[in-house]
Amino acid sequence: MRALAPPSVSLRFVPVWRRNLLVWRKLAVASILGNLADPMIYLLGLGYGLGSVLPQVAGVSYVTFLAAGMVCSSTMNTASFEAMYSAFSRMHMQRTWDAIMNAPINLDDVVLAELIWAASKSVLSGMAILAVIWALGLTGSPLSIWVLALVPVIGLTFGALGLAMTAYAWNYDFFMYYVTLFITPMIMLSGVFFPVNQLPPAFQMVAAFLPLTHAVELARPLLLGDIPRDIVLHLGVLLAYAAAAFYAATVLFRRRLLK
Amino acid sequence: MAALTAKNLRKSYGDQEVVAGVSFAIVPGECFGLLGPNGAGKTTTLRLCLGLADPDGGSVELMRHPVPGDARAARARVGVVPQMDNLDPDFTVAENLLIYGRYFGIPDRIIRERIPQLLEFAGLAARAGARIQTLSGGMKRRLTLARALINDPDLIFMDEPTTGLDPQARHLIWERLKRLLAQGKTILLTTHFMEEAERLCARLAIMDRGRFIAEGSPRELISRHIEPHVAEVHGDGVMEWADGEAGALASRVEKSGETVFCYAADPAPLLASLALRPELRYLHRAADLEDVFLKLTGRELRD
Repeated sequence: MRALAPPSVSLRFVPVWRRNLLVWRKLAVASILGNLADPMIYLLGLGYGLGSVLPQVAGVSYVTFLAAGMVCSSTMNTASFEAMYSAFSRMHMQRTWDAIMNAPINLDDVVLAELIWAASKSVLSGMAILAVIWALGLTGSPLSIWVLALVPVIGLTFGALGLAMTAYAWNYDFFMYYVTLFITPMIMLSGVFFPVNQLPPAFQMVAAFLPLTHAVELARPLLLGDIPRDIVLHLGVLLAYAAAAFYAATVLFRRRLLK
Repeated sequence: MAALTAKNLRKSYGDQEVVAGVSFAIVPGECFGLLGPNGAGKTTTLRLCLGLADPDGGSVELMRHPVPGDARAARARVGVVPQMDNLDPDFTVAENLLIYGRYFGIPDRIIRERIPQLLEFAGLAARAGARIQTLSGGMKRRLTLARALINDPDLIFMDEPTTGLDPQARHLIWERLKRLLAQGKTILLTTHFMEEAERLCARLAIMDRGRFIAEGSPRELISRHIEPHVAEVHGDGVMEWADGEAGALASRVEKSGETVFCYAADPAPLLASLALRPELRYLHRAADLEDVFLKLTGRELRD
């Protein structure tokens, strides 16, 4: 039975990914600025504003501490929103997926294309904020270049989770639940704004299971010039979330669209 | 060798069997029509044949590939005009064709060669750079048809291609479909326009409640299922007339709203009776596919 089979993907996903790229290119500048504005406001506003009244956090200035959190959370947001609102528009409102599936492209290919696209777009967003961090001199370490390798993994993780939500959604309002019940609390618990070890022990336990925590655990040392600890564990958790969510998304989309 | 063979297809949603054992084969070069009221299972049958839904039973072979197992390869040789327009609103007319051609793995160079001919065929040569939102319904349908031809398919699936179009746009689509048939393309068409089926289809099946209830050429269906003459009668007192003498003069009398349909092999006695009743107005005509359709699927609403 096809319903629970593992994803059957092929290189046919590439033209679907290119389609999204072509649409994006028409609005590229506005899109990059839009993705950059939000994390910049937090980085500058909180980093310098709140930072000016704070002592050092985890041994560095607050804005330096915050930089890694902003890279991770803005990458996460871009991937999530692309995989939810934009993919939902293409699937449900515009029926673009239906048209694509009349060509020799399977649903699983389309879902893979959307995942890779969400990750690609989030890479642009993560790179843009990283460029700002470099420009502001918030990191001087050559290790920070490794954040570029981490960003696509974060994009895949949250792109896949977003797609699983999209497979369930019947309107845009549905995504608000995911954002307010999962994304927003996770930002508070994952060490984006303050160290996880400031949390009560029970919350630290919860944080250990959240994918964003593991992204921050990798990004922060790299920006501060240290080699992260437990690299395999953190990458493993992120990739496990990505794989499980992608599988769930393909199963749910099949149930929804291949009836 | 059939372009498409479906054997004993079955598909249920919940406890409702939408496709209940459908078998047919389409030979290359013909236009095969699927006629049926709304909800008869036509679109589901098409989706099963394209590998877009898994059947609960039966098998499909499309362009010599088993479906859904090898649906990707099968669809590479097929064009689809869906019931609802799903042109890509983020692109222009020409870009829609380019992007769609890429989905088939066709190199850009070849797609760009095909685009002017396809726009010409669709009567959209002057609108290559137009946005989709600026097109009329008829233009969108023609572009959807052009898009279905981007891979030079052997078989074209058309799901109610002229629904919602005005008569001018409808006639243009019919003319284009005839051109495609003249080029040797095979067409599988669903419709509930009898005129469309009569004009285009060499062979057709009438589908109702998930089953084929009649199959043949339009002429065969008419001669097999219906009396050759029809009088449509309306006017004051028509119901009394229908309950009275009409029954003896026509082999079948059907009432639908304000109109009485009288079917007869020999219309002379019927027309003589009507001539004596000036208050009744009537139209005497040859039986057509719509009469067959209504006889077989009933006159009550289906939605």
